[in-house]
Amino acid sequence: MRTALFVTCLNDTLFPRTGQAAVELLRRLGVEVEFPAAQSCCGQMHYNTGYRAETAKLARHFVEVFGDYDRIIVPSASCGGMPAEAYAIAAESVGDDGLLRDVRRIAPRVHELTSFLTDTLGVEEVGAYFPHRVTYHPTCHSLRASALGDRPYRLLRAVRGIDFVELPAQEECCGFGGTFSVKNGAVSGAMNGDKARHVRETGAHVLAAVDNSCLMNIGGRLAKDGHPVRTMHLVEILARTEKDGPLDGVPVTEGERVR
Amino acid sequence: MSKVFLDWPAFPTAAERATKDEQLRANVRRATHTIRAKRGALAAERPDWQDLRDSAAAVKDEVLRHLDTYLEQLETKVREAGGVVHWAQDAEEANRIVTGLVQETGETEIVKVKSMLTEEIGLDAALEQAGISARETDLAAAIVQLGDDLPSHVVVPALHRNRTEIRDIFRREMGRHGRPAPDDLGDDPEELAEAARLHMRDKFLRAKVAVSGANFMIAETGTLVIVESEGNGRMCLTLPETLISVVGIEKVLPTWRDLEIFLQLLARNATGERMAPYTSSWTGTTDGDGPRTFHLVLVDNGRTRALADPVGRQALRCIRCGACMNICPVYERTGGHAYGSVYPGPIGAILNPLLKGPDDTQTASLPYASTLCGACNEVCPVCIRFTDVLLKLRSDVAEGDAEVKHPAEKAALKAVAGVMRHNPLWNAAVKSAGRAGAVLPTDMNLPGPLHGWTDSRTIPEIPAQSFRTWWKRTEGGTR
Amino acid sequence: MSAREAILGRIRAAVADLPDDPVEVPRAYLRGAPGITPGDREATVELFVTRVTEYGATVRRVPEADLPTAVAAALDERAARTAVVPDGLDPAWTAAWKGQVRRDVPALSTAQLDATDAVVSACAAAVADSGTIVLDAGPGQGRRALSLVPDVHVCVVREEQIGSALPEVIGRLDPRRPITWISGPSATADIEMIRVQGVHGPRRLTVLVTH
Repeated sequence: MRTALFVTCLNDTLFPRTGQAAVELLRRLGVEVEFPAAQSCCGQMHYNTGYRAETAKLARHFVEVFGDYDRIIVPSASCGGMPAEAYAIAAESVGDDGLLRDVRRIAPRVHELTSFLTDTLGVEEVGAYFPHRVTYHPTCHSLRASALGDRPYRLLRAVRGIDFVELPAQEECCGFGGTFSVKNGAVSGAMNGDKARHVRETGAHVLAAVDNSCLMNIGGRLAKDGHPVRTMHLVEILARTEKDGPLDGVPVTEGERVR
Repeated sequence: MSKVFLDWPAFPTAAERATKDEQLRANVRRATHTIRAKRGALAAERPDWQDLRDSAAAVKDEVLRHLDTYLEQLETKVREAGGVVHWAQDAEEANRIVTGLVQETGETEIVKVKSMLTEEIGLDAALEQAGISARETDLAAAIVQLGDDLPSHVVVPALHRNRTEIRDIFRREMGRHGRPAPDDLGDDPEELAEAARLHMRDKFLRAKVAVSGANFMIAETGTLVIVESEGNGRMCLTLPETLISVVGIEKVLPTWRDLEIFLQLLARNATGERMAPYTSSWTGTTDGDGPRTFHLVLVDNGRTRALADPVGRQALRCIRCGACMNICPVYERTGGHAYGSVYPGPIGAILNPLLKGPDDTQTASLPYASTLCGACNEVCPVCIRFTDVLLKLRSDVAEGDAEVKHPAEKAALKAVAGVMRHNPLWNAAVKSAGRAGAVLPTDMNLPGPLHGWTDSRTIPEIPAQSFRTWWKRTEGGTR
Repeated sequence: MSAREAILGRIRAAVADLPDDPVEVPRAYLRGAPGITPGDREATVELFVTRVTEYGATVRRVPEADLPTAVAAALDERAARTAVVPDGLDPAWTAAWKGQVRRDVPALSTAQLDATDAVVSACAAAVADSGTIVLDAGPGQGRRALSLVPDVHVCVVREEQIGSALPEVIGRLDPRRPITWISGPSATADIEMIRVQGVHGPRRLTVLVTH
């Protein structure tokens, strides 16, 4: 069985630690991944802005890069949803029946990392240790497109030493929305401001999510306002063990607590 | 003069203005959060909620598939019951028909039941030009009319106003249109409702002509249905001699029995009530009960255009409950006026481009007025997949027939996609990003359209080493 | 070409891509109120009473023999001095009341109705789940204006008229008659989405459930 990591272009360039943590965690759980170097972008920005022809080209590229793998693991609910959601529509819109067949074949093999852990590997306790106060933002794609439900919470609650606190109004969008954050910067900023306020209300030192795009948005606001909340992809928390000890520069919690 | 949305700025401009209006944001936030909680509780008490939604969506799809047959059946039944049926292809034709019908009665002041369609076609303004004063009788619609304002919500058109603003409007304007508000009118909602009751009562008792819309029309029987709360609808449907109902062609349901689905969904989803206080139905005219003359004006005004869109046609299932705007995080920050239409929020973002064609910059900006978060999909009582339609409409703008195009954006995204599919180029791009990251400050203000990001956010630090570089250097972390 | 033909033609062209078969409509939703066993009369009546009460109406369960006193009490506690009664209403119901009873024969003018304090009516059916009474202008209900213009509405519902949910009731009604579904007194939530009772319809509703 061959397993590939589709790290996503955003993680590749801006959040390499997420990819590294995914590799490390999966290895600890007995899964060796390959990294096909020709991979690039899922095309979500193109698709969500309305450019289906360009999306179809990137879908074709995805199929070429990952077509031979049995499992493709993606540390992003949003990018991980693209093959199942958008590729068929993009293929249809350019009238490419061959591509349509190929993307339908590959889509079931694409796994968002969280559900791969809980559903495919059947684990919740992954041997993680993280003695910090953490809150979690369920991104819209993880909530609605990938329907992760309580999976991320189950994983987080099983982390040793964690002080987990629920985020108020968590199901509300952070305002990122890809090009929305630029095209409608004012509204996006207003939504994000409320989200950042809720994060601060929790007193958490770390904000976790399964999409670095949204974390980049919320973290950018927290940083602009001078609030030292660390944003981390969920897998970066799950990858840490007692051997790593606490995170540098982040307050350590007294005892394990789940709220 | 009755206002209509005309020459409105594109969504980003209008929305930016709205986000800076603290009062507006507080009003909209309070109202939407109140109704969200009520709706959530009432939807949750039905174990068969999803079943009701599935049934409603399927009934509406059947109506849309055979709309021609149902409209012909409806027309026959309404005629048999003593009504007169008119057809209007667009707003201008509908306004001309209604104006003519009112003129035939010789009346110059008429009463109206809130109807989004008559707002859509600008009927009040058209009547005014013909010297006919049409007084809105729904409380929220009256607040908008008295305040020379525009509607901002499909269920509560004055949702953007708080009690103090409403009190000021009543004090200032009521006297100019009939019975004035008491001088010492306070801002307690009960007191305000009482002032509206007294102001309107005399109009109801005198009115000879009423104009309404309808929530549903039953093809099988020719029955029209209106759901309302205050009793102003009942007044208009019962006391005048002539009733003119102006209704969109998509409002048909096949059978009387189908109401058991929609009447159980509508109020729960719209106002968080098990049923609205009053639901009225009538079939043509009835001797000795209600108007002696009944006209039904069936209006297209772009609905057949929407119907021709294979993805977008589901928007015509809409029963105007307003739940999509109540739940929408964008609407919550902008209010309804930013959408430049009587249909704001998620339904407006899809319905306006479908009805009008996304051929002007305002309409073409609407499909982008969403983060695609999908909250609207979950609350829609007729299972409209808003995000699917938004994406389809975006592709119409980006690469379809729409006349509005974004050539610079298209070129940029095309170039990026080209690089992404080309391995050596992409490798080089990722590397150079890392080099740029070493020199770019994260708190810089980006130029051009990208300022939308940096106005409220820092840009992320770009690590010197990308994932692919790490993978190569460490052989996947094994060295 | 007429507007009618143009619109119908555009509709046919617009849906030409769809198969002509009727769309199958699933109807898996409940026929009765959630949690009520079909045919459980007592539970249905209790649910009806609860739900109507929640709207801010006054609800009383009254044995048929006590209706005259209950109607009189309902009118008196609203300080009504005049009440209109629709054709076909059991005269016994208002017999114990000392106020002035007006019949709608010949039909009262709108102004006369406006000068009448109350209306006493029967109903065509009722729905427990939504706390709704249904009027269809039948005997004891009269034309729609009667139960609209006076400010006080006293409505008598017989227990066997109450269905547990809307699907149980709708089939009993004849849509060719003008029908009014009343769920509590007139109300509005148009100011800040806060429910306020009483705008244009009757502001005071008393429902007497009898057996």
